[in-house]
Amino acid sequence: MASKPRTLYEKIWDSHVVERRDDGTCLIFIDRHLVHEVTSPQAFEALRIAGRKVRRTDLTLAVPDHNLPTTARLDAHGQHVPIADPQSAQQLATLEKNVADFGIRYFNATAREQGIVHVVGPEQGFSLPGSTIVCGDSHTASHGGIGALAFGIGTSEVEHVLATQTLLLTPSKSMEVRVEGLLGPGVTPKDLILHIIGVLGTAGGTGHVIEYRGKVFEEMSVEGRLTVSNMSIEAGARAGLIAPDETTLAYLKGRPLAPQGAEWDAAVKYWRTLHTDPGAEFDTSVLINAADIAPTVTWGTSPEDVVPITGSVPSPGSFADPSKQQAAAKSLEYMGLVPGTPMTEIPVQNIFIGSCTNSRIEDLRAAAEVLRGRRIASNIKWAIVVPGSGLVKEQAEAEGLDKVFTDAGMEWREPGCSACLGMNPDKVPPGESCASTSNRNFMGRQGPGARTHLVSPAMAAAAAVTGRLADVRDFQREDA
Amino acid sequence: MEALRAVDGRAIPFGRENVDTDLIIPARWLKTISREGLGEGAFEALRASDPDNIFDQPEYTGAPILVAGDNFGCGSSREHAAWALLDMGIRAVIAPSFSDIFAGNAFKNGILTVALPQTAIDRLMEVAATDPISIDLEAQSVTTPFQDRFSFEIDPFRKECLLQGLDEVGLTLARDAAITDYETRLANARPWLARGTAAAA
Ligand code: SF4
Repeated sequence: MASKPRTLYEKIWDSHVVERRDDGTCLIFIDRHLVHEVTSPQAFEALRIAGRKVRRTDLTLAVPDHNLPTTARLDAHGQHVPIADPQSAQQLATLEKNVADFGIRYFNATAREQGIVHVVGPEQGFSLPGSTIVCGDSHTASHGGIGALAFGIGTSEVEHVLATQTLLLTPSKSMEVRVEGLLGPGVTPKDLILHIIGVLGTAGGTGHVIEYRGKVFEEMSVEGRLTVSNMSIEAGARAGLIAPDETTLAYLKGRPLAPQGAEWDAAVKYWRTLHTDPGAEFDTSVLINAADIAPTVTWGTSPEDVVPITGSVPSPGSFADPSKQQAAAKSLEYMGLVPGTPMTEIPVQNIFIGSCTNSRIEDLRAAAEVLRGRRIASNIKWAIVVPGSGLVKEQAEAEGLDKVFTDAGMEWREPGCSACLGMNPDKVPPGESCASTSNRNFMGRQGPGARTHLVSPAMAAAAAVTGRLADVRDFQREDA
Repeated sequence: MEALRAVDGRAIPFGRENVDTDLIIPARWLKTISREGLGEGAFEALRASDPDNIFDQPEYTGAPILVAGDNFGCGSSREHAAWALLDMGIRAVIAPSFSDIFAGNAFKNGILTVALPQTAIDRLMEVAATDPISIDLEAQSVTTPFQDRFSFEIDPFRKECLLQGLDEVGLTLARDAAITDYETRLANARPWLARGTAAAA
């Protein structure tokens, strides 16, 4: 029987329906649940009050990341350094108690596997193609980079998944973002996704799951795909997807929680069916030309406020929509920017290389490549590199990248969310600017009054060297 | 979840439009570990900046209803907003419209969101200044001691859950057989997914 051609999203959705209701709502099985310290305490509290247990402890993995300071976690005698902020310490202690009480696998703050949930999941092989993955964090969309249907949920839903391993959901619409052509030199997956968000706008993906298609994704590393999918949420989408392929398989093979032996073979056979069928229809299609994309930076306080590094700060009057004009004026005031200023003339005092968007080994390599043999500019007050996990950190150190960063005058930190959000000690001071590889440039996101410019790791490194936003293409080495 | 058939009592005539979740509960309260006690942080910034604010008027202490303007609960998806209102004693919010996410979070925590046209809101604001308001969920109506009566719409599923005090987790747990059945199928069809953290010895 010839079945109707389906999109990748439909295939994953269909294979997870436990029950379908008349109104189209489905009870969807969740294969993987990632838990961290911020959005889980009240969920566990509710389970306790109702006398409920965690249905599938084996499909749940917990790791602290948001609150953890990124300074040394063990002192000279190997003793744990206490967390100074009492509320952060309490959230961490609560997570530790909860995972112990409910029997959940946990990577503690000093484990080599510890890191940002969205880095840890794929790295451990816990996140797998074709699976449904949830976490109480909106950037769960990251895992779409390996071909999983992954999305963020609220605390009540965390409780629902802990207790039932399911969620009640209505199907999303499907959107195809097709990119024609390949990226030019110095243009990275981060620039690509910033550009895409600029095209779609922060609400362009609302109600949709985006599948990224085109040669550029086929040639992209899994790290790069995770970066792209990570920011799907900034275009308003529920999730992002990139079909698994040989690159995905090579990435997953041998990971601690990935299948092995005969099971691996069976999984591979199944994963090869995970692609959008020819003739399948998307509700919305967007076409992007890769050749149009330059290294991209943000000027404002929304991820859609993007401009090529070769451009300049826009004037509010350049936007057609009056509400956008107003928002732009407010953003510029907050950012302390004057319309018409070339982007490369904007000074920055802080550099943050890290976050679930850009803290994997490839990101650190790209930044180190620019920084090797160079020093950060004298106007840079604070420049930190925060690997996404203990394993990324180990790998980077084995490659000597930590030395490159510290020789350049940057700090090499312990894994965590760090300056991506102003929740732990890593913050950007009020009124200062930061070239940041994270995903949100909202007002106050990196600390009250902090001014964020979202950039790729290589661009952050270039900004560190010049003390201004800079075009990484000017840094290409003769010998490269 | 506590069953909710009716909400009767004083209503806080707040009336403001576009109340975002940051105004309801500022970000610094997100570091809590319990749903309880968040009432203390509810509308914190507003209370601090205005000593005569409506929330600190003794007659509205413990009032179970909040009357607000259009687009209530917009902004960040934080569920703490619903917890904070609940902790203040609010069981129902009446406004011309609500953000979807807030409405969902409110429902999940047993707070009734009642959408009424602005004209009705204006009248209720007037009444709330001096007298109590009654919401009858069964009848889907809001009434005042002055013979006002406003009908409202509600999703039948949500209505049933609220009336019976059914929480979504409880409802899904009742589908245990179907979930178990799915798990069995999964273990056969895609054993590598069923294994999770128990993979690789
Ligand atoms: S790095 Fe930032 S976006 Fe990613 S999980 Fe942490 S706080 Fe969220």
